Amino acid sequence: MDWLIPLTLTVITASTPLLLASAGELITEKSGVLNLGVEGMMLVGAIAGFAVTASSGSAILGILAAIVAGILMSLIFAFLTLTLMANQVATGLALTIFGVGFSALVGSGFVGFAIKPLPGLHIPFLTDLPVIGEILFGQDFLVYLSIAAVIGIGFFLTRTRAGLILKAVGDSHSSAHAIGYSVIKIRYLATMFGGAMSGLAGAYLSLSYTPMWAENMTAGRGWIALALVVFATWRPGRLLAGAYMFGMISVLQLHAQSAGVHVPSQFMSMLPYLATVIVLVIISSDRAKIRLNAPACIGQAFRPAQ
Amino acid sequence: MTSTTGNIGSETGMEMTKGAKPAQLEVRGVTKAFPGCLANDDISFRIEPGEIHALLGENGAGKSTLVKIIYGVLQADQGELLWDGKPVKIHSPHDAREMGVGLVFQHFSLFETMTVLENIALAMNDVRDMAALRQQVVEVEKTYGLPLDPDRHVYTLSVGERQRIEIVRCLLQNPKLLILDEPTSVLTPQEVEKLFETLRRLADEGCAILYISHKLHEVKSLCQRATVLRGGKVVGGCDPRAETAKSMAEMMIGQKLTAPDRRGTRNFGDVRLDVSSLSLVSDEQFGTDLKGIDLKVRGGEIMGVAGVAGNGQNELFQALAGEIEILGTPDCIRIDDKPVAHFGPRRRRRLGAAFVPEERNGHGAVPDMSLSENAFLTAFRRMALSACGLISEVPTRSFADNIIKTFDVRTTGASAEAGSLSGGNLQKFIVGREILQDPGLLVISQPTWGVDAGAASAIHQALLDLASKGTAVLVISQDLDEIFAICDQVVVMSEGKMSIPRPMAEVSIEEIGLLMGGLHDHEGDAPQMAPAHIEGGRVDQA
Repeated sequence: MDWLIPLTLTVITASTPLLLASAGELITEKSGVLNLGVEGMMLVGAIAGFAVTASSGSAILGILAAIVAGILMSLIFAFLTLTLMANQVATGLALTIFGVGFSALVGSGFVGFAIKPLPGLHIPFLTDLPVIGEILFGQDFLVYLSIAAVIGIGFFLTRTRAGLILKAVGDSHSSAHAIGYSVIKIRYLATMFGGAMSGLAGAYLSLSYTPMWAENMTAGRGWIALALVVFATWRPGRLLAGAYMFGMISVLQLHAQSAGVHVPSQFMSMLPYLATVIVLVIISSDRAKIRLNAPACIGQAFRPAQ
Repeated sequence: MTSTTGNIGSETGMEMTKGAKPAQLEVRGVTKAFPGCLANDDISFRIEPGEIHALLGENGAGKSTLVKIIYGVLQADQGELLWDGKPVKIHSPHDAREMGVGLVFQHFSLFETMTVLENIALAMNDVRDMAALRQQVVEVEKTYGLPLDPDRHVYTLSVGERQRIEIVRCLLQNPKLLILDEPTSVLTPQEVEKLFETLRRLADEGCAILYISHKLHEVKSLCQRATVLRGGKVVGGCDPRAETAKSMAEMMIGQKLTAPDRRGTRNFGDVRLDVSSLSLVSDEQFGTDLKGIDLKVRGGEIMGVAGVAGNGQNELFQALAGEIEILGTPDCIRIDDKPVAHFGPRRRRRLGAAFVPEERNGHGAVPDMSLSENAFLTAFRRMALSACGLISEVPTRSFADNIIKTFDVRTTGASAEAGSLSGGNLQKFIVGREILQDPGLLVISQPTWGVDAGAASAIHQALLDLASKGTAVLVISQDLDEIFAICDQVVVMSEGKMSIPRPMAEVSIEEIGLLMGGLHDHEGDAPQMAPAHIEGGRVDQA
């Protein structure tokens, strides 16, 4: 049983960035925008959060900076695809490439810096409970925020008028426009929310998961987050399950390696990505489910008709 | 001061004393230009409270633009709108709804994966709680006889039911002016009659109704006044009750309308399309499975497939065109006695089959490609437009030019993008492309959907001419007038099944209406007697 608690703790920390980024992307995609730049936005968020925390000493300022950086990145995307109507897929890929390079450039001076990781919650008595205490009440606040965000998004999409409008815009932008909703404005907001959440996910990586800066430290998590949204068939509840499943796989492979399982380590590192591909294929084979939940207008530019 | 402009068609059946009740809506000198075209040119007319007013015009006459201006989607360049006699500026659909304008869209603005109630909530200006809204919806449905389950998902509904959502959505706002854009193009005769009852009742309560339709017999039976647009201008007004469908159609197109010429009786040849026990499980989420379809079409024969949309017509078209894989023996579809059910569209085309799908943009034609490129796509083999894998530019262009000339496609030329053409013109082009390839079998879905009277009669004539040359023609259409105008035999599709073929001369519109609606009626109420106006209004026979 001794290994279970640390294992669970690492699963939580491995899952949180996936959950944050994919929750943001879910909202973006529900509005009909496919932003493939999650990886880039996460990286820029990570370096912004790290740089500001390292220079100011305040993690809160760092987190805010990461959010702002993520939003700015998403605004570049939104301007190109929504205002200038560039192709969303190409623009998203470009945004990621830009984010990788830009974060490396800004971050070159911060390699090797060390900062204090985000403090964990400490509630006297509750946190001291055996086994569950540390797991449930000892995390840093971004972990709680990520779960709250998913619950909030679920509530937003199913219970609020704004959520209904968001889904409507993603379902049929021409109908939404005809009724009189501002498709472009709503998509801007949804894209910015996605950017903020990606920035936050990046900050979690550089401030809490591994409190340091390394080039390309997201290591493909942005892509997994994108896959997770499809995996979850755009439903927040499944997103939570999916993020933790992927978190578990990526942690298990580390533990298997340290436990001396005789499989080449490269193969083990492949596991989370392999799992992503396999799950995506399985999910995509159920076209009915995809059809019913997927935003029908995803990735399509909206040109208001004359 | 009341009516300086646009008071056309003087008798409206109401007292028009000076300074009396102002018009519900008066349009004064509205002009709207788009790059390259003047969509509305100094348009003026007025709609009184309680009046059902028709707006007539061909595609491209400027009706949609005008409606969009009234509904606040577009802003006029010049001119003004008077609401209850006061000048108003309508900046958005929100403003329009606030004022009391309701619009039932031609292409429904509905969200498939949402429920009826959610769809209604989305179109309401003020946020209110869903329980109260549900209560109101149920009340309106009861008052106006529009049965609808608020919790059903839209994709499970028939087209008629979908339209009810649009109407309920408008009625909830207590409109003073209700605009309906081509509302009946997708309804059965029985559903049309129900809709008219609702509209007459609304008008009796003082609501003004602006009714836009191509179906002139409906305008005749429903409307008290009509304004006719052509080329963006008002060209006249009339009392539809005193006109014939033919005279109104001629006013719309500005020239004499020729009825399709059947050229006596044709001799039917051998069976060219033979479908036997074709069954198919639809892979569309909201599709209809085909159940044991049997159908034979002979050379020289035009077979009509009637039915309310969504009863398997799409699946039938796709199965015949080879767009979906058919499980079962290749024998279940034969073209000229050759089993083809395992063939894809290209191999079927090689055997002399041609297909015109319902959706023009994206299915029948590639919107971003030029007309000559689009012509090449289906005709390159039969018309020998390619050599050694290269596109032969000159023949391709001349083939496209030939289509444009023969079928009177109004466009800037063969290099115009397909997507830039109006619906009717693009349809003429696509139909022309297939017909000029001289096919042995033509399967065509909704040949004149959303196409104006002039273009529709040209397409009908082309189909008749084609059949008289020995081609087997299968016409899938929801438009019963069309089926009566051109077909020799008719079958009706309902819930994926097909009725036995009946010769057109022996079948009445009531019978077809019953076959269409009877098996498909969700409310379970017995289909009513078919409305008489349809019989009287077979435009082309007039």
